[in-house]
Amino acid sequence: MTAAVFFGCAFIAFGPAFSLFIFTIAKDPLRVIILIAGKANEGLAAISEEESSPISVREMAYVAGLGFGIMSGAFSMINTLSDSLGPGTVGMFGDSQYYFITSALMTLALTLLHTFWGVVFFDGCERKRWWVIVAVLCLHLVVSGLSLLNPLYVGSVPPVYVIMLLMAVWAFFSSGGSLHNLSLLWTCRKSNAETSS
Amino acid sequence: SVTTRDLKKITLDVNSNSVAQKIYVEVNNTVPCVRLLNATHQIGCQSSISGDTGVIHVLESEADLEWPLTKGPNPPYMILLESHLFTRSIMMKIKKESSRIAGVTVVVPNTSPSEFSPHTTCPNENTGVYSDTYGPHLAHCNTTVWNPLGNGLSYEEFDFPVFSLKEDKQCYYDHNRVVNGSAPQYPLCAMQLFSHMFAVTDTATCMRRNDVINFSINPEMVCDPLGDFNVWGSIRPYNRSQLGHRDNESVVMAAARLDSRAFFWDVSTGAEGSISGFVTLLAAAHALRDVTQVAPPTHNILFAFFQGEAFDYIGSSRMVYDMQNGKFVIDLDNVHSLLEIGQVGLRNGSDLFLHSDPVSRMNDTVNDQVREHERYRCSLIHRHHRLVDNFQSSPLPPSSLQRFLRAQNIPGIVLADHRAAFNNKYYESYYDNADNLNLRYPPNMTAEEQLEFLTDTAMALTEVATVVARALYKQAGGDGTQVDNIKADSKTVTQMLFGFLVQANNSWFQALIPPELKDMLSDPPDFYVGVASSSPAKAKPLTRLVQFLLANLTGTATNLTQDQCQKPDDLPDESVQMYSYLWVQGTVPHNGTEKGPFCVRASVRLSQALSPAFDLGEYASRNYSTWTESRWKFIKARIFLVASRDLEMLTLGVGVAVLFSSLLVTYFISTKADVLFSSAREPASAAY
Repeated sequence: MTAAVFFGCAFIAFGPAFSLFIFTIAKDPLRVIILIAGKANEGLAAISEEESSPISVREMAYVAGLGFGIMSGAFSMINTLSDSLGPGTVGMFGDSQYYFITSALMTLALTLLHTFWGVVFFDGCERKRWWVIVAVLCLHLVVSGLSLLNPLYVGSVPPVYVIMLLMAVWAFFSSGGSLHNLSLLWTCRKSNAETSS
Repeated sequence: SVTTRDLKKITLDVNSNSVAQKIYVEVNNTVPCVRLLNATHQIGCQSSISGDTGVIHVLESEADLEWPLTKGPNPPYMILLESHLFTRSIMMKIKKESSRIAGVTVVVPNTSPSEFSPHTTCPNENTGVYSDTYGPHLAHCNTTVWNPLGNGLSYEEFDFPVFSLKEDKQCYYDHNRVVNGSAPQYPLCAMQLFSHMFAVTDTATCMRRNDVINFSINPEMVCDPLGDFNVWGSIRPYNRSQLGHRDNESVVMAAARLDSRAFFWDVSTGAEGSISGFVTLLAAAHALRDVTQVAPPTHNILFAFFQGEAFDYIGSSRMVYDMQNGKFVIDLDNVHSLLEIGQVGLRNGSDLFLHSDPVSRMNDTVNDQVREHERYRCSLIHRHHRLVDNFQSSPLPPSSLQRFLRAQNIPGIVLADHRAAFNNKYYESYYDNADNLNLRYPPNMTAEEQLEFLTDTAMALTEVATVVARALYKQAGGDGTQVDNIKADSKTVTQMLFGFLVQANNSWFQALIPPELKDMLSDPPDFYVGVASSSPAKAKPLTRLVQFLLANLTGTATNLTQDQCQKPDDLPDESVQMYSYLWVQGTVPHNGTEKGPFCVRASVRLSQALSPAFDLGEYASRNYSTWTESRWKFIKARIFLVASRDLEMLTLGVGVAVLFSSLLVTYFISTKADVLFSSAREPASAAY
């Protein structure tokens, strides 16, 4: 569908993952390694000189989750992206012409979902809350199952986004966030604004 | 192009992933129009290197051109033409506004229009004998326009691709119909055509680029000269190691052309244009076999079948050049006279016309010879034949004889079914097929029955072949009493017509060729001369078929075994210098008497038909044919839907918005991370 669609879909699918990578991962080479290699912590601990682990559980969870998300997104989207470069669009055989956009939106949701699931899953393991693990697994299956509703995109994309928002809230809370912190942020900004004005 | 011709035969399996399969529909059996170049021009069609995409528009009439050319809101358009709309006026209009046109596709027709000839009105006008110095009043068809129906489309240059495809309008009717003058809604059905040609400008440029490229790491030629091989044979054999002039040798030559062309690449037949001529000559050669053994004529008779005549006389100019330079078994002084069989399939009633060159006849000796020849013919008038001597002032039609006359004043006659303009309404076009020759078979016949059936066309051509054979025999000084015994075989003629025009893969053709060349008959023979090859083994199937036909019809069957047939020099009586030995399949009759393969000995040879311009390096020559065919990488067509520009821009906009907003949000969160994610809950030392 030409270069405009190619770049549009690429930005939609990988924009958030890219910005997360730039601002939270790229600064710390350790995180880059975990992103790519997953469970390399024991090896890293063996070669580091400090006693304690160089990376915390939460960071590990977040980075691993993001890594899985990027991998999953790449595998599901790259093929479609390369076909979007050609002059034609989907639809000849009755498929929807919004195929590329919805694929990109699904990939975006899945990438973020993997990140959130990673955080929640690790937290559940840490605190030995087994129902959390079961819930994450079930949600993973539900989201994958929703894609079977395609090409009825109204049935698959909005529910997945709803689940993603719910997971975002859950991950926020399980990684140390709280409403109190949010209000702190708000007043901080407000007071900053007051003092500067 | 040599390499891509093979690719054409292999089915390309392009789509291996399912997303591409949802989008593109590959179109099979595409026939492109390719680019040809000569000393001064490039003709034919060209697409851009990444293909040309256009929204399909089916043209209903010439007035409907307004939509794609001016009014339509979704340019560029890909115009789909029915074959009756494929005319000069429509194509020229499209050519003028080609910025809005991505390409043209023509639907393969089932029936012929009333007339159509894409060739020029005056074929080969610059390489014939008539010029400003020789018969200027006859040059450039000043007196006789040979092909008045010619619209010259084959010689125009189009900068968009033109393809010939099977009809497939379903996608258009589903998505692109114009309803009440309002534009159709997106997504629209579009087609993309790939036919990027490497060569540009003219032959000199592309040959120069060929030479330059040979020095680079990745040599890739851009064009190839057209050419193939001529087939020639003689009653008495010539030692092929003795070239040049032969003392006391005076040969009566008989000639016909083999090739033809059409607007689209490789789909010509030339039923009237060339097949009628060479089938007649083959039958005449066959008719002369027996009588020349029993009562040999004084002069030898040489049969020549020229390839590439449609492109400025490639074959005949090469033979004349070889004769002039002592590279052929005889030279021009040895040629007594030349009789050429032109288009003889569409006789009105029973008229046959004898064309001769009035300028050369101003020389008395030549005139006498021609008159003699005509007398022989008139003396052969049968009950219902009329051989009409064409008037003194009328020029020769386009014929190989013109190239001989360019070199030397030789008495010659061209036999044709037309007095002035061609009777052929489809000269050098796709429609010059079996229907043009009125080749009809009764219904409900199997292929083998049709092969044997004596059609009216075959009977008519047999009469011409008989006249030709008798005239050649008398011209060569044969015994007058034997003339009435010379009769062409109508069964041979009808079998040849069936094989060349209906189905080449038949039992008779199979019997004439070696068993290992059976695949040669699987496709209908190409009558387009194609690009030249260096070895006779790679000659075009048509040429080889004519070679084997001539060998079987004029040669003798021998008792040699297959090994002896490969190396006959070991035997005392056989000589590869004098004859060629061909191992052929032979007939396998149904009643079980196995004839089996055998060795044919015939004085039939192939001689190269490549324009002398390429040997001399004169790529801008005015004297010789300089035609080349461009090379290309691949030729294909595919259909798909295209989305509106608005949707594409929306997608891009949403993508950019998502990217920027995610960058902002992430930056914000990461700077405030210590506030947002308080570390009060995290254990001091990680369990990891």
